[in-house]
Amino acid sequence: MKHKYFEEFVMKTLMISATLIIAIALGSILYGIVVRGIPYLNWSMISSLPKGGYYFGKEGGILNAIIGSLYLALGATFLALILSVPVALYMNVFLQRNSKAVSFFRFFLDVLWGIPSIVYGAFGFTIMVALGIRTSLLGGIVVVGIFVAPIMIRAMDEVLQRVPNGIREAAYSMGCTKTETAFRFFLRKAAPGIVTAILLSFGRAIGDAAVVLLTTGYTDYIPTSLDQQVATLPLAIFFQLSSPVEEVQGRAYASALILTIIILFISISARIIGRVYKKTI
Amino acid sequence: MTNNQPIIDIRNLSVHAGETKLLNNISVKIPRETITVIMGPSGCGKTTLLRSMNRLTDLNGLKVKGQIHFGGQEILSLRGYHVSAMRQRMGLLSQRPYPLPLSIFENIAYAVRLKGISRKTEVRSQVEHYLKLACLWDEVKDRLNQSPSTLSIGQQQRLCLARGLAVDPEVILADEPTSALDPISTQAIEQSFMQLKSDYTIILVSHILRQARRIADHVIFMYMGEMIESGDSQTLFSNPENEMTKKYLEGVFY
Repeated sequence: MKHKYFEEFVMKTLMISATLIIAIALGSILYGIVVRGIPYLNWSMISSLPKGGYYFGKEGGILNAIIGSLYLALGATFLALILSVPVALYMNVFLQRNSKAVSFFRFFLDVLWGIPSIVYGAFGFTIMVALGIRTSLLGGIVVVGIFVAPIMIRAMDEVLQRVPNGIREAAYSMGCTKTETAFRFFLRKAAPGIVTAILLSFGRAIGDAAVVLLTTGYTDYIPTSLDQQVATLPLAIFFQLSSPVEEVQGRAYASALILTIIILFISISARIIGRVYKKTI
Repeated sequence: MTNNQPIIDIRNLSVHAGETKLLNNISVKIPRETITVIMGPSGCGKTTLLRSMNRLTDLNGLKVKGQIHFGGQEILSLRGYHVSAMRQRMGLLSQRPYPLPLSIFENIAYAVRLKGISRKTEVRSQVEHYLKLACLWDEVKDRLNQSPSTLSIGQQQRLCLARGLAVDPEVILADEPTSALDPISTQAIEQSFMQLKSDYTIILVSHILRQARRIADHVIFMYMGEMIESGDSQTLFSNPENEMTKKYLEGVFY
């Protein structure tokens, strides 16, 4: 008997310590960004474009990177969504549940998920060079979209898997086709999770630095068309942080704070939307 | 009875899951507009037999051999949308209720529209009709726009029955539909079945012997994937031919 109580104590201690390590890591990152970034965060930082000499400590802001990141992440998420919904529904409605084909797809997507984004960036860059496309917003959207698609598909797949088989049988027994079953019932039943999947992917898209480093270029202006270069927040942080000027380094932390707030805002709205949605089903 | 032809005629049906044999060479006829109860101990293949009748066995990748004639049409050889059309003629009531992720009203209205009815007033009156048929209308008429998850399990099961009826099937396949229900809901479902059998053929899987005695017109007794005996319920219950059936009815095994 004693033995199992000891086990209980050890396991509990281990779990609590692991949780604390994660919480402390997150806390100290947030603390570091806030403490270093707040003094440099001001209205002109988020409302104006970089003016001449901004990267040497002169006036301006990173509006170009904020808007650029939003453009890029919105475009990439939309592209990934168009790719992901059919794939996830195909895996869960059209193919047989737990069949070899589905397991193979899942394995394949998990491998894609694990590929570092710099590889996607390099791959996209090579193709863009071969096709003679210059670094641009469109190039970034396509490559980031392809990079987040596996994440979005697997996140949707996870929630679609949890739709009870009884719903499928009920729909089929009424004479519904697979398409009706997929779009009318599976999507609806899994809607809260699908919203979460979309916002999760948006968070990945807006936070990724490696792909945009190779595919989007960088500019001090807000792009007005898809073939123009675009600035993004992760790169704005990177460029400012590598400056020797203390003022500019501080602004890098302020930029990181802005990016974190955007991601935090998205995660929280994902939860709220998911919860509200759940009630209506 | 207007038509003495059996509505479903199963010939030499065998079902395999990989190497395991679930059903072995079953041949049985199911008479029209009666309640047929498939009974037997758990794991005897009752549910598999029921599910092969509207080809839900396809979903599990089971291997099905033999023939099933439904209203004169062989259904195991159907392909593509013909399968959906065939399934529409056989409603399913599963063990646990699975309302669709729509409002109470829409759950039935969706089924009504599947028949090609789209006029609003017509859909409304049909929804009311089918909810009444399943003895549910009085309980839900003031909350039609709510989610079915606000209903009790018994009410949800009657909602599923109404939905199944709303596509106008000829047969209702019921897989232990009362096993998760309280006695009052069970009674409501059984009552609906008794009323419905004048227009529909009901095939019910049940492991409750008393339920079978209460409502069956025709009984199929199964054991270990084999059909042991089938026939008129009065004869079978009072005078079973097979030793195994006799023992089961006496409660020697479940």
